[in-house]
Amino acid sequence: MSASLRAESELMAAPRKGRRRRSTALTKSDKIWLSLMVGIPATIHILLVWIPALATVVLSFMEWDNLLPIGEAQPVGFRNYWVIFTIFDTNLFPAMFNNFMLVAFLFVCSAVGMLFAYLLDKNIRGSAIYQSIYYFPVVLSLAVVGFIWKSTMFSRDSGLLNTLWPGGRIDFVGDSTKVFQFDLPFLDFPLGLSRNFAALLLAMAWRHIGYVMVLYLAGLKAVDPGLREASAIDGANEVQTFRNVVFPSLKPINVVVAVITVIEALRAYDIVAALNEQRGTEVMGTIVTNALVGEGGGRVGIGSAYGVVLLLLCLAFIIWYVTNHYREGEKA
Amino acid sequence: MTSVNDAPIAVSPLSDDEFHDIQNEVAKRNKQKLTLPRVVLQGFLITMALIWLVPVGTAVYNSFRNYATDTQVNGAFAPPETLTLENYRTAFRVGEMSSTFLNTAIIVIPALFITLFLSSMVAFACTRFSWKFNILFLVLFTAGNLMPQQVMFQPLVQFFSRVPWPDFLSAVDSGSLAGTKASVILVHIAFQIGFCTFVLANYMKTIPKELGEAAAVDGAGVARQYFQVVLPLTRPALAALATLEFTWLYNDFFWGSVLINRGAERPITSSISVLNGAYATDFNLIAAASIMIALPTLIVYLALQKQFIGGLTLGANKG
Repeated sequence: MSASLRAESELMAAPRKGRRRRSTALTKSDKIWLSLMVGIPATIHILLVWIPALATVVLSFMEWDNLLPIGEAQPVGFRNYWVIFTIFDTNLFPAMFNNFMLVAFLFVCSAVGMLFAYLLDKNIRGSAIYQSIYYFPVVLSLAVVGFIWKSTMFSRDSGLLNTLWPGGRIDFVGDSTKVFQFDLPFLDFPLGLSRNFAALLLAMAWRHIGYVMVLYLAGLKAVDPGLREASAIDGANEVQTFRNVVFPSLKPINVVVAVITVIEALRAYDIVAALNEQRGTEVMGTIVTNALVGEGGGRVGIGSAYGVVLLLLCLAFIIWYVTNHYREGEKA
Repeated sequence: MTSVNDAPIAVSPLSDDEFHDIQNEVAKRNKQKLTLPRVVLQGFLITMALIWLVPVGTAVYNSFRNYATDTQVNGAFAPPETLTLENYRTAFRVGEMSSTFLNTAIIVIPALFITLFLSSMVAFACTRFSWKFNILFLVLFTAGNLMPQQVMFQPLVQFFSRVPWPDFLSAVDSGSLAGTKASVILVHIAFQIGFCTFVLANYMKTIPKELGEAAAVDGAGVARQYFQVVLPLTRPALAALATLEFTWLYNDFFWGSVLINRGAERPITSSISVLNGAYATDFNLIAAASIMIALPTLIVYLALQKQFIGGLTLGANKG
């Protein structure tokens, strides 16, 4: 990947080099300035983001209790991975399942966000007020969102979800009864969506929809109104115009929203960790952290192996997005 | 719509400004026209807006009521028996908010300024000049910002505990960066440089190259081009980013809670879980605490809404 990007960047660089030669060549002090301007931030970023990520990959092949000196770490090959992917471990698959539920659900929310944006883009009265209202949860931390919903929506005695729920009163924070579940041949316990995680999904939707809405509103403003008019003159109805004209021209925003949705869903941590329920709501982010600190502390190898699984899931989308963005940037 | 527009144009040629005035006038008139689809649409939007306000509205209302004797017995929407500030007082005291709010300020302010400064330099160097690896660096920063933070945390803890740090600079006597606010600031900078560089690079691409080149011909070096030509022109993007980054850094929960062990040393958002222990079932107390924590970001949002949304859309749109 990097080789092809570099090749492209050189293609880009060729004409500019010529232009620069016409003006002023870089002096020695210019070069020092430029290397400092890139060097200092790049050092901080690589040292504190990329090297730790690589170190986690290395640690996932080790067995090490983090109370002992690092020299005591023993290489164990793929044993940590073998442990987490087989019946010796009951954390990984439920957590992964919750993350996948979250990805699917947040995609639905993204579609709702797009709908809100489309409706608000229709030049209606009070549009600015609606936007502010739908958007304000985005400025709250997901930890705080969790607590607000816990205080008013989830509780057994006074929570508003209970007034809507047809059955008996339920504590939506702690009840890990499954809404639905299914068996997998290689697991001796069922996977499914628990009530308390379903409740968290609603709280996350509250924040996600406004976020996506704002991104699409900006995108819709950039759609050429001439295209819409032309489509209307050709006799297309509103749905056809949206599907064939508006949606395709939103492609850059669609890519950004897809990435935000997937990455937010995979990295979900704050709301689950803040409410700290032991059962039903675990996600990849919390099982990584719990294996490294807290009660299960010291299982660095296992925790790192969880981390690498999460990292690989995220990286697949990161690489897709980054190549997409910078390749199109080159063409422009 | 077009027929209304055409009429005045036929009478006399209009300047651009006049034309825009008329367009606005037409838009306004269209806004006021009430048709059945418009009414349905308004009804839908109002309903959704009310639903959106329910969680926070109920939280605000009940934060002024007693939970055990009032809300739990009479329900969340009942008229109050008494209105009290007791929940706020207790939450402020139990959550040690006077020190945790201060901790947040100590962490967020330097992290914000250093991040913006460093990332504007990278964006400048990578977009205004072409050298061998500039795209590679931009890719690295963009990708780094999207990485899952939990994956970096164990090696970072090990790293920080090996970096010597004088005790008089922190409240933790570990002799290293472990457990200090400085370590949280460093991690914030390292992560947020990614997003800010991405946004600022997109923005700087739209500033004409000729401006820098003209300055270069006049003998301005790279440093002067950055400080006196490009940076002033980037101010709108920096303002938008500052607003957005403020809320993100303020809202950080993860780093504040895993890098800092002692409750009173933590930033405000990370300290929220303290209340989940002893007061887990006093829901009105939790509501009061949440509202106090949410207040600074809500104020910034209401005051600087345009900047805020500008920052987000800058990140989404390509320059």
